[in-house]
Order: sequence, then C-alpha cells, then structure tokens
Amino acid sequence: MSEGTLPLYEVFVRAKRGLSHVHVGSVHAPDATMAVRNARDLYTRRQEGVSIWVVAAADIVASSPDEKDSFFDPAGDKVYRHPTFYNVPEDVEYL
Amino acid sequence: MSDNGTGGTFSAQAASASYLLGLGDDALVYAQSLGSWLTWAPALEEEMALANVALDLIGQARPLLTLVGQLDGTGRSEDDLAYQRDERDFHNVHLVEQPRGDFAREMARMLWFAAYHRELYGALRASTEPTLAAIAAKALKEVRYHFDHASQWVVRLGDGTQESHERMSAALSWAAPYVDELFEDDSSSVSAAGTGLGVLPSTLRPAAQVAVEAVVTQATLTLPPPSRWRSRGGRDGVHSEPMGALIAEMQHLARAHPTATW
Repeated sequence: MSEGTLPLYEVFVRAKRGLSHVHVGSVHAPDATMAVRNARDLYTRRQEGVSIWVVAAADIVASSPDEKDSFFDPAGDKVYRHPTFYNVPEDVEYL
Repeated sequence: MSDNGTGGTFSAQAASASYLLGLGDDALVYAQSLGSWLTWAPALEEEMALANVALDLIGQARPLLTLVGQLDGTGRSEDDLAYQRDERDFHNVHLVEQPRGDFAREMARMLWFAAYHRELYGALRASTEPTLAAIAAKALKEVRYHFDHASQWVVRLGDGTQESHERMSAALSWAAPYVDELFEDDSSSVSAAGTGLGVLPSTLRPAAQVAVEAVVTQATLTLPPPSRWRSRGGRDGVHSEPMGALIAEMQHLARAHPTATW
C-alpha cells in the first residue's frame, strides 16, 4: 500500500458555527470515510474545526489556467459591478 | 512497589497505587511502542494518526503516574516513574510491549486494547477517586476514536484483498494470546475494585469482546480459537524479552542526563 496508490481527497473545514467550510489542504486515503478521519488527524489537531468535508480530488471540475484571459480578465474594466455608486442613507447602519 | 502481589501486608493505598501504576504503564508503554511507527507507517496520513493515538496515551499516562506518586507515599513525579524505574517495576501487560510487526498486527493490537480501554475508562468515570474519574472522562473520548480507527482498518484489511485478508487474520491470531492478560483480576485490581477506586478487569471483558467480534465479523474474519499459550505476569513486573530494549530506548536520554531540563 504505497502512498501512490491511494486516491487524493480535498479537505474543507468549518472553523465554527456560522462560517462556511474552507479548503485547508488534501489527504490520501483508501476511501472517503478514512479520508475524513485522516483529515481529522492532520487538520484539526489544534481545534481548528467543528466540521469536516472531504471531496475526491478527481471529482472536482476546475477552471483551467489557460482560460484565465477569457474567464477573468473581462471583469477587470467593469467597475460599475462594484456597489460603490450608491449614497448610503445615514440612518441605514447595516447596508 | 516491590512487595506487589504478596498479599497480606498490602495497604489499601499501596494497592490503589499499584493498580494505577498498571493503568499508567499500559498507556505509557503502548505510546512508546506506537512511536516506533514514525517513518515506517504505510502513508504519511497514517503516521500522523498513529502518533496522535500515542500522544493521547501519553496524555493519559502523565496524570495517572502523577497520581501514583501521590498515593504510594514516595512523592515520585511522573518523570521519576517513567524514566527512573527498572523493567521489573513496570506493571504493564505484555500486549503493549510487543515490538512493531506489520500494520495488520498493529491494528489487531489497537482494536483489542482500545476495546478494553473504552470499557475501562467508561467504568472508571464512577471511581471514588475524583482525579481518576476526571482522567477517565477525558480519556474515554480519546479511546473511542482509537477503537474507531482500528475498526476502520480491520474491516478494510479483512474485507479487502486475499493478501490483506490473510494477513489480518494472522494478526488476530498473533494478538489472541495477549488478550486474556488485559482482563485478568490480579491482587491490586481486586483491592482497588473493593474500595471503589478501580474496577475488576474481568467485568470489562463481555462488552469488549462483543465490540471486537462485531468488527471482526464485519471484516469477514473470525476470532481464532483459544491458544495453548497465553501471556501472564505483566502486572507483577514479569515481562517478555522486548521490554528491556523498549525501556532502554525510552529512558536512555533521561538516564544519561538525569537533571537535564529544556
């Protein structure tokens, strides 16, 4: 059972109630159940979390670095998408 | 502690200390054994898992040994007890002092030991000694995880390939002769159970056995029949051959520099 034969899982940890799960790293494991346990041992040693998700790395569909130009650059000059052109009324505290 | 097991003149307090020494030494020595997996585990993730278990066990051994030093009247610290005793003064069972075998053996050992530990600490939460009850309450959560970890692997190896099935089966046969000693009522545990501080090991066996059998069955394995030979004597300080080397490795730094601090 060399490490090379074990599939890779991406690990997401929720730090506390109310926060979302955040990607913290990856683990090798024979299956998802063991991946959760390995993640517990590797990524919550110092009480970093209250919940763990794992996802098989092979199941993640990602954008490609080659597509960076067409994917992300077109948003660069569209400053009007940032909600900074409104005057916030004084009495509205939490907008 | 040299008069352990001779009965008669044994005070209740000394018996309690002797009982606790067995519990503390089981945890300490098993932690040392698990430490030998560092750089040898099948995967980095598993190495971390085994080290975590070992650290849990050291965390249990420390307050137990401290309590021993308070109860036996010698005032020895946890470090005195861990590093300044000779082999015959250790009261751990033989199972935990066996050297690292293959990974299946380690999981067989952890399955049995954690099953025992779960029942032990579950019962000790009701100890009349408040410190021991508190140690047990904290440790129970840890050893539940140890049992889970071992269960996961025993099932995967037993219900895995032909090779892993055979090796897991062989590992259970290897561990079997060491199991009886875990659940044996020696004089100090009888005395400690009598005062309400401790619990009779034999009363822990039925539940531990059921838990182990459930895992073994799920792993498509069967427990081996009783072996002709079984280990005995650990609680009286009589150990198997690997114990000397284990103690030497564990103690050599502290013995070479007796008053060193860092």
